[in-house]
Amino acid sequence: MVKQLGTEVVVIGGGIMGASTALFLRQRGIQVVVLERDLCGSRSSGVNFGGVRRQGRSLAMLPLSQRAHQHWGRLTALIGTEAEYERSGHFKIARSEADMDSLVRYAEKTRDCGLDLQLLDGAALHKRFPIGGAQVVGGSFCPDDGQANPRLLSPAFATAAARAGAQVFEHTPVLEVAHNGQRFVVRTPDMEIRANVVVNAAGAWAGQFAEQCGEPVPMRIRPPAMGVTEPLPFFLHWSLGVEGGSIYCRQVRRGNVVFGGGPGLVLDDTRARNRHTTVWAQLPQLVELLPQLKNAQLIRTWSGNEGALPDHEPIISESSRQAGLYHAFGFAGGGFQLGPGVGDVMAELIAQGRSSTPIDAFRIDRFSDPACST
Amino acid sequence: MIGSDFYLDDPRPADGPPVIVGAGPAGIRAAQTLLAHGLRPVVIDEAPKAGGQIYRRQPDGFGRTPKDLYGFEAGRASDLHQTFDRLRPQLDYRPDTLVWNAQGHSLDLLHTAQRTADSLRWRDLIVATGATDRVLPVPGWTLPGVYTLGGAQVALKYQGCAIGDAVVFAGTGPLLYLVAYQYAKAGGRVLAVLDTAPAVQRYKAAPAMLAQPTVAAKGVYFLSWLMFHDVPVHHGVQLLRAEGADRVQAMVWKDAQGAEQRTNCSAIGLGYALRPETQLADLLGCEFAFAPLHRCYVPQIDADRRSSVPGVYLAGDGAGIMGADAAEISGELAALALLQDRGIKTDAARQAKLRQQLDKTQQFRQALEVAFPFPDDWAARAPDELVVCRCENITAGELRSTAASQPQGDINRIKALCRVGMGRCQGRMCGVAATEILADTLQVPVAQIGRIRGQAPIKPLPLDMTVVSADQEASHG
Ligand SMILES: Cc1cc2nc3c(=O)[nH]c(=O)nc-3n(C[C@H](O)[C@H](O)[C@H](O)COP(=O)(O)OP(=O)(O)OC[C@H]3O[C@@H](n4cnc5c(N)ncnc54)[C@H](O)[C@@H]3O)c2cc1C
Ligand SMILES: Cc1cc2nc3c(=O)[nH]c(=O)nc-3n(C[C@H](O)[C@H](O)[C@H](O)COP(=O)(O)OP(=O)(O)OC[C@H]3O[C@@H](n4cnc5c(N)ncnc54)[C@H](O)[C@@H]3O)c2cc1C
Repeated sequence: MVKQLGTEVVVIGGGIMGASTALFLRQRGIQVVVLERDLCGSRSSGVNFGGVRRQGRSLAMLPLSQRAHQHWGRLTALIGTEAEYERSGHFKIARSEADMDSLVRYAEKTRDCGLDLQLLDGAALHKRFPIGGAQVVGGSFCPDDGQANPRLLSPAFATAAARAGAQVFEHTPVLEVAHNGQRFVVRTPDMEIRANVVVNAAGAWAGQFAEQCGEPVPMRIRPPAMGVTEPLPFFLHWSLGVEGGSIYCRQVRRGNVVFGGGPGLVLDDTRARNRHTTVWAQLPQLVELLPQLKNAQLIRTWSGNEGALPDHEPIISESSRQAGLYHAFGFAGGGFQLGPGVGDVMAELIAQGRSSTPIDAFRIDRFSDPACST
Repeated sequence: MIGSDFYLDDPRPADGPPVIVGAGPAGIRAAQTLLAHGLRPVVIDEAPKAGGQIYRRQPDGFGRTPKDLYGFEAGRASDLHQTFDRLRPQLDYRPDTLVWNAQGHSLDLLHTAQRTADSLRWRDLIVATGATDRVLPVPGWTLPGVYTLGGAQVALKYQGCAIGDAVVFAGTGPLLYLVAYQYAKAGGRVLAVLDTAPAVQRYKAAPAMLAQPTVAAKGVYFLSWLMFHDVPVHHGVQLLRAEGADRVQAMVWKDAQGAEQRTNCSAIGLGYALRPETQLADLLGCEFAFAPLHRCYVPQIDADRRSSVPGVYLAGDGAGIMGADAAEISGELAALALLQDRGIKTDAARQAKLRQQLDKTQQFRQALEVAFPFPDDWAARAPDELVVCRCENITAGELRSTAASQPQGDINRIKALCRVGMGRCQGRMCGVAATEILADTLQVPVAQIGRIRGQAPIKPLPLDMTVVSADQEASHG
């Protein structure tokens, strides 16, 4: 028997985007149902690197990132746990003059964005952060960026939403979204849910719902490659990145060093892994950067599926085709930090029809403009 | 529909030698069979010498006789070792080599002595990775001096030393009696054998045991030998805890009548049979199913040991515990299936006979399960303070409270929340116990808890390993 349900808003996907949207909707008193195919926070949102970083983001994204930052600052009040969130600082190093120049340019461009970046030359850097091995020319330090444990944090958003009155259904895949002229009809294997509003927050799988509504987007799957060492005595106090990419790492409270950099492998529609060539590239870089790791052991590698758009910006937008449909997906590379900000913006958008944070750069119809498509 | 430049796209090679992982009884017989049909396999094993777990060989310079080392199995052990030594020049044999990852049709190898890494493409692959101890801890099990039964046996066979001078063996399963016997025979002082299985189970199983009368007779022999040599054997016990200050000093247990007993000792060998080593099959993408007999998920195989992945065959205990003799049979069967799939003529009658022999072992295995039942009440009795996952120091109590908030029970979710199985062993050792506790807490069947997902590396990998040759795969970025 197919269960019938009526609600104001249906959110597809219980990742950090879907769950925080549901939480902020509830805070505005709006009725919401979350439908999650697997377990809430078990996909990208639960397996990511855990970097809670604003430094390095595009100018377009920074206002949203700042809004998220405010929420991170009151996490316990928001979701009832801090999930190992720490403002440990995010430190980006340059290994060449050219890379340092690029850090300097970024600091100038973002001077008014509230990041409080501190630029350090080689000598100052070694004095303050004796990280050892790498050929470091300089760096840029963002003191209030940090890190958190995604395995704990993302499911906690869903739990908090449920506590606030959202109906959360796990192991409940959305099969189809249709509109009967008056309301949306969202079908799962054993439910039919009618709603005025649908939020498409299905992560790397969101493209199918955009397509069903007649606005396909050029999204590709990207699997960032992750790994972790055995626990080690604590030595790395900040989250560490390298200008130009290639390797990043942080030490978690338990002592393990989590790292990423380079592409993993997509195995099938739902699973991804690290790949051997990437592991081989990561390990020597890591040991070079942090000689403390020379005798450490790697105990696990993994990856996850995220959706990327050609201009590296996400989609946070009302549908261009269907009133009442909203999209929030395509957060490759940085959606974890944005999560609480996106949820807040989506709730505002749905409740008030506009966002007080600029999100124009994230419109879904930007790809239908021939000048922008790739 | 979903585009990615990062899809795994690794077609099966058209050619190449067959590859065997594991040089235990299963792997060796598989290699022998392939050679006999004109193929020269690559044989990979992380151990320095071939022989596998049961027929583990000593390092050079140790001089105990096979009879001393392997007892009744001396004949089989010598036969297998000699077979391997004879075949070795014809094989591409790579000892001290850990397979740490499988990706598409490549195996990633670590040569443990040199810490070098490379990868090997395969066209067909026999996975014969064997088993490890099935660990069900008791309070105090992390004290120095407490070993698994398998560990105790390895010490004896491989290093010729005992885990202590006054040893208690506890748990259940045939290995319990075997190891106790081997220790006593080697001159060790065995203070007690504590079997959690009630004696009556033995009688219930007896008729079915006769499927393999010689094996059954061996079991009876070990027991009688121990009794004759005044080693106390207790059935139907409950293990309460291992006690000691800096190292284990006593085992405290309840006898079948419910009276608390204490046996002072300097070491404990603890074990509840074995669990299959399935990580590699998992990484290869083999389908798994819950096997009630093994109380865990095992990779699925057909009667000839083909897995669900074309070109991958599973031999020996890695696809379900059947013991060493069955491992030999299944190794040969797997090799014959591989040959058949390559279009090489095999002896159908031989295959039929091997299948029949395996069926018999399967019946015997079922009888063993009756004789030495898994202690169903273990989880319910485990006190909250009991450390279940020793890498991450996660207790039964923490598991229970995490499970209470996770009615779906999925072990991967519980792992994410409380770190059980997230340490160096990646759940290979603590997974069984954690699963039992979760199932008990949530009052659901063990099958519903699922299994801990495997990810590379299969075992910890040194960060400073050197890559000697990456395979010829196109890099994507
Ligand atoms: C390995 C990795 C490392 C990363 N590192 C960082 C980092 O350090 N910092 C950072 O800020 N960001 C990072 N990111 C990015 C960040 O994790 C993601 O951008 C963010 O989690 C996206 O959240 P989401 O809710 O959109 O997606 P998801 O978490 O993937 O959630 C989407 C949900 O939708 C569900 N779903 C899909 N289809 C259906 C359907 N038909 N019906 C019902 N439900 C469905 C899925 O099961 C999933 O749970 C990383 C990502 C990965 C993969
Ligand atoms: C410690 C122990 C003691 C035992 N003692 C007895 C006994 O006394 N009597 C009895 O009947 N049965 C005993 N058993 C059971 C018996 O060992 C098995 O039934 C039999 O050995 C199975 O043979 P196999 O070839 O399947 O695996 P094994 O003999 O276990 O051989 C597997 C081989 O694969 C190798 N290997 C595994 N993973 C990898 C990898 N990732 N990379 C490279 N190499 C790998 C291992 O080094 C090993 O040599 C014991 C088992 C264990 C674990």
